[in-house]
Amino acid sequence: MGGDWANWLGPAEWQAVRLSIRVSFWATLVSLPLGIFVAYALARWDFWGKQVLNGIVHLPLILPPVVTGYLLLVTFGRRGSIGYYLDAWFGIVLSFRWTGAAVAAAVMAFPLMVRAIRLAIEAVDPKLEAAASTLGASKPWVFATITLPLILPGVIAGAILAFAKAMGEFGATITFVSNIPGQTQTVPSAIYAFLQVPGGEAAASRLVIIAIIIAMSALLLSEFVARRVAKRVAGS
Amino acid sequence: MTLQVVVQHSFKGFKLDVAFSAPAGVTVLFGASGSGKTTLVNAVAGLLRPDLGRIVADDWVLLDTQARQNLAPHKRRIGYIFQEGRLFPHLSVRQNLAYGRWFAPRDARHEDMARVVEMLGIGPLLDRRPGALSGGEKQRVAIGRALLAAPKLILADEPLAALDEARKAEILPYFERLRDEVSVPILYVSHSSAEVARLATTVVALKAGRVAACGTPAQVLGDVAAVGVRGAASVLRARVVAHHDDGLTELATNAGTLWLPRISDTCGATIRVRIAAQEVILSRDAPQGLSALNILRGTIADIRLGDGPGALVTLALGDERLSARVTRRSVQAMGLVIGEMCHAIIKTVALAPEDIGTGYVQQAAP
Repeated sequence: MGGDWANWLGPAEWQAVRLSIRVSFWATLVSLPLGIFVAYALARWDFWGKQVLNGIVHLPLILPPVVTGYLLLVTFGRRGSIGYYLDAWFGIVLSFRWTGAAVAAAVMAFPLMVRAIRLAIEAVDPKLEAAASTLGASKPWVFATITLPLILPGVIAGAILAFAKAMGEFGATITFVSNIPGQTQTVPSAIYAFLQVPGGEAAASRLVIIAIIIAMSALLLSEFVARRVAKRVAGS
Repeated sequence: MTLQVVVQHSFKGFKLDVAFSAPAGVTVLFGASGSGKTTLVNAVAGLLRPDLGRIVADDWVLLDTQARQNLAPHKRRIGYIFQEGRLFPHLSVRQNLAYGRWFAPRDARHEDMARVVEMLGIGPLLDRRPGALSGGEKQRVAIGRALLAAPKLILADEPLAALDEARKAEILPYFERLRDEVSVPILYVSHSSAEVARLATTVVALKAGRVAACGTPAQVLGDVAAVGVRGAASVLRARVVAHHDDGLTELATNAGTLWLPRISDTCGATIRVRIAAQEVILSRDAPQGLSALNILRGTIADIRLGDGPGALVTLALGDERLSARVTRRSVQAMGLVIGEMCHAIIKTVALAPEDIGTGYVQQAAP
């Protein structure tokens, strides 16, 4: 049965789907701890420059993706302010690699992830955390045993939302890491490429169907998981 | 263990300036809402850092602002029973109960889980989630959770305020058992003089952020300056003599015999009876042909005039004191003078079961 599927999609299309999933998976997984941290800071702490941090986090949501991609290029490109040292000291090169595509996807998906998690954190009653601290739990333990379990539905929803967003990222990705088949050609870039050549419509529409299926499944899955976890957490 | 508390703290338009010490047993912080009780308890728990303060349990310093010492809440080893329970919704009752134990030091004196579960009657609830519990059940679990954290001190912030009368009657006996069976000192916040009379070993009355009075329940509840004429009450120590067939219970007190509607305490038990001053009527002559069964005779020991038309007349009966809330006009018309004989009349049905508490033993330090 896998054979039918493999034949339905051409090798170039398969490559794009596999790459997209890999890019989105790592983009989501690596940015999740930072997303939780930033969401917690924005929800709970008062610090100097909080509104600036909030603005920076949300910037990719409002900036033209091309601008975000260009900024990534000048920062993380081989001659970029950070990218140069990443290459010189650690041998890490992001531009024109799939890892760069993951960085672009992560940056673009970050605001959605932080928003979902922040809402969940704001819904947690700080009085429960205070109660846990009187019972002997230090701050990290309070977070691990009370806050994190209670915000889990929001974290899962945020992660799945971020994954779906990463699957669809196009503008920043193509600007930062270009459109190299097998390296940086994700599903949206591949659709764009197929549409540039005569007779590519069939392949493009197959990828369009794949994109819709993945996006829909992600949304349904996030609903389903969040609802189950919420039930468990609500404690009835 | 004796807890010593000195706290000064300013909010917008409110200043808390309090010093008191809480010996073993139950110390009730008593006062109207807005008198600073919860702030004080939160300072003891470490949830609020006062402007100035020193909180010491024996030689163990919880807070000393001058010495810049401030122990984090999780290191204070305090069992805090909150007004709203604050059970963790994602954990079962069993996990809630075990939460504090997990963080307590290994060498701490642990209460036995089975004993606490039995004492609070929460055995059938262990596998449920807090969402499926009634208000009274939640509060019993909250008591157990605080107790099982092996605390050196228990704080209870109006643990009954969110409950209806029936649930209050269900929970109060557990606090009495806590007082009588657990050696940990308890700091208990309340605005109810019935709770004070039933539970307190020591009462600290707060008024507008200051200590208005401090002493035994009988002393503080009889203190017009602390509770006002309207709030005044007497607390008598009594022994249950007999339960009679007509539904009445006979009590022996040093002030004389009292009759009240049947209570559940066994014969021979020592109990405390709270008598609100407004339920007491005074008469110069021995009254005759009255329906009231409780007529006690004593000498007038004190007359305090209130701010309004009321006055508080306190009689000495044996070594007990009984206060009556009357009008200034009556004091004049009856010619009441300190040292004169007087009769106090209390309607039997004015003595409600919630005014009856077990155990009048002054808790000795372990």
